[in-house]
Amino acid sequence: MAKPTTDKTMGNTTDKSKNAVAVAELEYPLTTMAVVAPLVGWLIPGGGHILLKRYGRGILLLVSVVAMFLIGLGMQGRIYKPNGGDILDILGFVGDVGSGALYFLARIMDWGDVMAANAAADYGKTFLIVAGLLNFIAAADAHHIALGKKP
Amino acid sequence: MINLSHFSAAVVFALFASVVFGITQRNSTMEQVRYGLYCFALFVGGVFLAGWVMALIRR
Repeated sequence: MAKPTTDKTMGNTTDKSKNAVAVAELEYPLTTMAVVAPLVGWLIPGGGHILLKRYGRGILLLVSVVAMFLIGLGMQGRIYKPNGGDILDILGFVGDVGSGALYFLARIMDWGDVMAANAAADYGKTFLIVAGLLNFIAAADAHHIALGKKP
Repeated sequence: MINLSHFSAAVVFALFASVVFGITQRNSTMEQVRYGLYCFALFVGGVFLAGWVMALIRR
């Protein structure tokens, strides 16, 4: 038989967490910029930060993500296409699409449509995926700045 | 075609990843620089450590 005290404790914890979420929503209301900045940041690496007038950070993010993407392509890394096959292929696509406009440009121009089997191409594939994942982090950071959670 | 060695590819990777980590994970400029350098040191230190472990296993 369950003790009533345990239920009370759990109930209090749930109430507290609900209150914390409600307070956070009041403290950082969702604005249009908090939606637009991460979207721009995803499409153009560093664009979200530049839109929010964080020019230095935006340019550094742009240079870092674009350089990783270009080095990945230069090393004959493969660009993943949308697929429903192997889980690693799906995750590879998710990582690649994080680069936003760079990914779509690469698909339009047929860049990265190679199956080179050497070590450099394998590193290149990793560079392309990580460039996209880093851009996702940068877009999330732009969201936090727009919300006012971060200076 | 760019042909980087394993080590140089790891250092380039560490450089750009550290820049993004530094900017996104800390608030003030000084903290961002310090955290970026810390991440870079850990990345490159990890490369050297893994290299030595592999060299010792190979013996």
